[in-house]
Amino acid sequence: MNQSMLVLVGVLVLAVGTYTFRLAGPLLRTRAEVSERVETLLADAAIVLLMAVLTTTALTQDQQFAGFARLSGVLVAGVLAWRKAPFVAIVLAAALTTALLRLAGVA
Amino acid sequence: MRSIWSHLGRPTTRAIALVCVADGLVGISYGAVAVHSGIQPWVVLALALLVLAGASEILFVGIVAAGGSPLTAALAGLLVNARHLPFGLAIHEVVGTGWRRVLGTHLLNDESVVFALDQDTLERKRAAFWACGLGILLCWPAGAALGAFAGTVIEDTDAFGLDVMFPAVLLALIFPALRERRTRRAALVGAVVAVAATPFLPAGIPVLLSLVGLLFGFGRKQLKPEVTA
Repeated sequence: MNQSMLVLVGVLVLAVGTYTFRLAGPLLRTRAEVSERVETLLADAAIVLLMAVLTTTALTQDQQFAGFARLSGVLVAGVLAWRKAPFVAIVLAAALTTALLRLAGVA
Repeated sequence: MRSIWSHLGRPTTRAIALVCVADGLVGISYGAVAVHSGIQPWVVLALALLVLAGASEILFVGIVAAGGSPLTAALAGLLVNARHLPFGLAIHEVVGTGWRRVLGTHLLNDESVVFALDQDTLERKRAAFWACGLGILLCWPAGAALGAFAGTVIEDTDAFGLDVMFPAVLLALIFPALRERRTRRAALVGAVVAVAATPFLPAGIPVLLSLVGLLFGFGRKQLKPEVTA
């Protein structure tokens, strides 16, 4: 098998596997009734995973510290979210903070 | 399609549009970088359309560009995408049934899930999920293809602070859920575990490990019937 074929197989394995992960949740749920407690637990699980995705992307890049510019942007977003600022303002302020810090030479 | 928009208010529609545009811009930069490091443009486009999960695509391309086996790259990408299973368990109702499920399943990703969780009624959850999912299905492959074929339109999205937008979006959207004490405790413990594990474990595993945080959220109250909505 040449390299292009091998890459194609890799792409397909990743695509089919990812689709299977996505399908498994809804399929399992339609086959089982769950209690309200489990329902709450699953909702919490989604938030816990998203929080983990957000903190790891805020703090790390390629398994190393991502730098103060990105971290500062996320902290600004946190403060604005706490003060109940509108979503668009939160996200744009975060990007602006990080961009300005980088312009000023902060990594 | 019109029913999707009529259920969402203006702020939510605008927020979803912003996220889709940001994803598109990151896609341009990623596509250009991938092709520069020797990846064929068709690989970038195929990944964007068929996988539709940015982090795993970037990892796949990184491993292949560094000379790793495409199968190793696929397995690494699958580790990163394993979190989609618990996502589907949590918000199965928004994905739809019958033929809708075929496409709805493909639209399950961090952004569409977090927008759905942020809404209060099932109707609005569905609308937010589909609007965000379809928007990203359009913007991510379009951006990645543009970057891959047209080259370096945007050389470095980091200079514009685009890399901070994704974590900022997640933070803004899960913040209301964190006001619940139980959820906050679980999420904070999970986050500490994930960050601490990141330097030592392959990508994807630290995020899955964060689920141990759930033990700290429910923990003691498990004994009392406190969930009496």
